[in-house]
Amino acid sequence: MYKIKPEDKAFVEEFKKCPIGHHSPGLQRILNLFRGEATAGKYVLVCTTPHKQWALGVLSGIRGEPIRMTGEVFESLIDAEWYVFQRRWAKYTGEELTK
Amino acid sequence: MKNIVGYSDKISVCPGETIHFMVSCEVSHYKATLVRIIHGDTNPDGPGFKAEPVKSEFEGSYRGRKQVIRSGSCAIVPNHQTFEKLGSFSVQAMVWPTTPGQGRQSMLSRWDSKSNAGFILGLDDKGGLLLTLGDGTGALEHVATGRAMLAREWYFVAATYDATGGDVCLYQEPLKVHAKMDTSAELQQTAKVKPRHDNGAPLIIAAHYAQTRNGRTETSGHYNGKIDRPVLANRVLSRVEMERLRASVSLSSLGSEIVALWDFSKEISSDRIIDVSPNHHHGETVNLPTRAVTGWNWNGEEMCWRHKPEHYGAIHFHDDDLYDAGWEADFALTVPEELKSGVYAAHIETDDDEDFIPFVIKPRPGKANSKLVFLVPTASYMAYANEHTGVDGPLAELVAGRVLPLQPTDVFLNEHREYGGSCYDSHSDGSGVCYSSRLRPILTMRPKYQSWLGGMGSSLWQFNADTHIIDWLEQKQVDYDCITDEDLHYQGYSALVPYRVIMTSTHPEYWSKQMWDSLDAFKRQGGRLIYMGGNGWYWRIAYHPTKPGVIEVRRAEGGIRNWAAEPGEYYHSFTGEYGGLWRRQGLAPQKMAGVGFSAQGFDISSYFRRRPDSFNPRCSFIFDGIGKDELIGDFGLIGGGAAGLEIDRADFLLGTPPNALVVASSENHTPVYMVVPEELLANAPGMCGGESDLVRADMTFYETPEGGAVFSTGSIAWSGSLSHNNYENNVSRIMSNVLKRFLDDKPF
Ligand SMILES: [Fe+2]
Repeated sequence: MYKIKPEDKAFVEEFKKCPIGHHSPGLQRILNLFRGEATAGKYVLVCTTPHKQWALGVLSGIRGEPIRMTGEVFESLIDAEWYVFQRRWAKYTGEELTK
Repeated sequence: MKNIVGYSDKISVCPGETIHFMVSCEVSHYKATLVRIIHGDTNPDGPGFKAEPVKSEFEGSYRGRKQVIRSGSCAIVPNHQTFEKLGSFSVQAMVWPTTPGQGRQSMLSRWDSKSNAGFILGLDDKGGLLLTLGDGTGALEHVATGRAMLAREWYFVAATYDATGGDVCLYQEPLKVHAKMDTSAELQQTAKVKPRHDNGAPLIIAAHYAQTRNGRTETSGHYNGKIDRPVLANRVLSRVEMERLRASVSLSSLGSEIVALWDFSKEISSDRIIDVSPNHHHGETVNLPTRAVTGWNWNGEEMCWRHKPEHYGAIHFHDDDLYDAGWEADFALTVPEELKSGVYAAHIETDDDEDFIPFVIKPRPGKANSKLVFLVPTASYMAYANEHTGVDGPLAELVAGRVLPLQPTDVFLNEHREYGGSCYDSHSDGSGVCYSSRLRPILTMRPKYQSWLGGMGSSLWQFNADTHIIDWLEQKQVDYDCITDEDLHYQGYSALVPYRVIMTSTHPEYWSKQMWDSLDAFKRQGGRLIYMGGNGWYWRIAYHPTKPGVIEVRRAEGGIRNWAAEPGEYYHSFTGEYGGLWRRQGLAPQKMAGVGFSAQGFDISSYFRRRPDSFNPRCSFIFDGIGKDELIGDFGLIGGGAAGLEIDRADFLLGTPPNALVVASSENHTPVYMVVPEELLANAPGMCGGESDLVRADMTFYETPEGGAVFSTGSIAWSGSLSHNNYENNVSRIMSNVLKRFLDDKPF
């Protein structure tokens, strides 16, 4: 499994500019780690208003168990991406990214 | 919360035929109307949702009632005097449990749940062999080995009961011995409770009898795993006698003590189980447990069940198998003559919820209303029916390249496993789902539904993505008929004879031999094919020989697979045909459409660039009005471009005809796009978008003998670009150009 290194910090800006789509190999490597997490504890979005609003949820990893909703709600998929990226960055590096 | 869902008994009907609708509604009333589906995409960046109300006989208000689904498979043998009159008995089988330790499970039972009468041989909570006896007056006795079996290991299990003294013997013997891990057990005990055999219950394998409601036998205690060669005898058998029954294939040696010996290797393609004893206590499987699976004695000598059925005497039962939800019908439609062919739905609504039950109205046989037919890929809809891949596995977010956007429908399906899985899912015991039926609500086959697989933007997949094509045909006022995969399968080439052009959906992935041959015949007769998607002609499927509305997929050998068929289980149980990719059977999609599956990714789409072939006069009609350097489809509702999701390439070695012109190719795909695994003979870096040349879609054209032609887009995302700029764009233009020329009778 890839371990995030101090020099990876440079990719945070790149992600913020374009969270979905073309990425440099360096950013892609980080995203493969983040997005490849096991289902237990994995973030998902549940659409609450089509094309307008999504609520953040967490998978249990246990088949059939309800998705636990965190209470966070987003008006755009891009905002949700940034939020989840921040959470995962903190989880893997211990560092809280500022907005 | 979802409070209304439904399904229909048929998926395709012509004028004069009747279709029934089954509804479960948890509030007091609901409204039903008929609508014609035009555009199921609710994306505000596109033309918006379009469904045309149609007057019908069923329009009106209905009383709601909840109908439930009882999933879980088993085999039921009708009750008989012989069972009722049992005293002493022996019961044995070879078993391969897949979830021992996950709740009590019944393997062979004659049990009445109301009075607790009879016996059940099964697994206890911990996964050890358990014999339950009930005398019908409330006294229950459990005799258990107390030693858990291992999952996915074969065991010989047996129980005997001596009615004179109440002696019980249990045998639990693993076929394979592991050092320092003894899971065998043999036990003798005297039971106080006398099992009551005259209990009126059917004999059930892999479950026990719960009750009969509305004429349907309901079962509980479903067992997960394989059962092979179960036997019931009317006296206490010795271990040696049992051994003879387990191994012997000679039936002439069976004595009168054998009440029944079920040989599951007989009539594998059917839903019958055969008792080879003279008593003929045949039974019927319920909810399609998996057949044509390797038995306890399979040794790799034969890979095809037809060649050595005696090695395929097992059935794999699952507690979440489902064939027919069996709901009662709420209303029906006899299709009036004047309704034009198309995609329709029964729209059912409560105050705060709704569902659409889609179906196709096709023309009467031989009565085409146009020269163009749109093939509605119902087999592919069934293969993806109610898929749970977004919540069940860790790969989804990686291939989607974004946090998974799930829909309320996905949340509902996650919590309601009784609605059954797709052929992308695994059963609760981890084995792959190889059958999928449409006799249940398929909530992923709905207008308005978005799928995480559908890319950024509209996020549509399969049924709802295909409404982009319907909408474009309507917008351009093109006459078209609709038929389904089932029509092509059952009617064969005759379903296509009246037409000049067949147009596919965005994703016609699953093909039976009959469907393939019908389309091939059409092409050979000069018929013209427009392939509007990607990943077509990929998996081979089989339809059940007698049961309607169910397909089988064996994920053999290669291809993108969420699960893999077990060794020795590559042949369809329904037909005995070899399953897996068509490509592995000498028929790569390139042979049908000039292009075949090459790469996939589900984040954003890209565009096409013209290639030198596009300036060949043979195909100048395609690019009429399109600039030399114009990028094609650098816009769209599916991932923002016309080239994306699952994409196909031309390959002359795989069967792209030598006269084919590759007129445009896509480029610049993201690193989330990866080359399909069947291309990887050896793993190597550089297999993703931006690196591998195989990550591309090839727009391809070629003429066929007899004056026909094929035009292939090679991209699932293609149709999402049709409506851009009020339907005035180069993707729409290319389609108009192609359709105009293809509808022209003049031979190519
Ligand atoms: Fe597919």
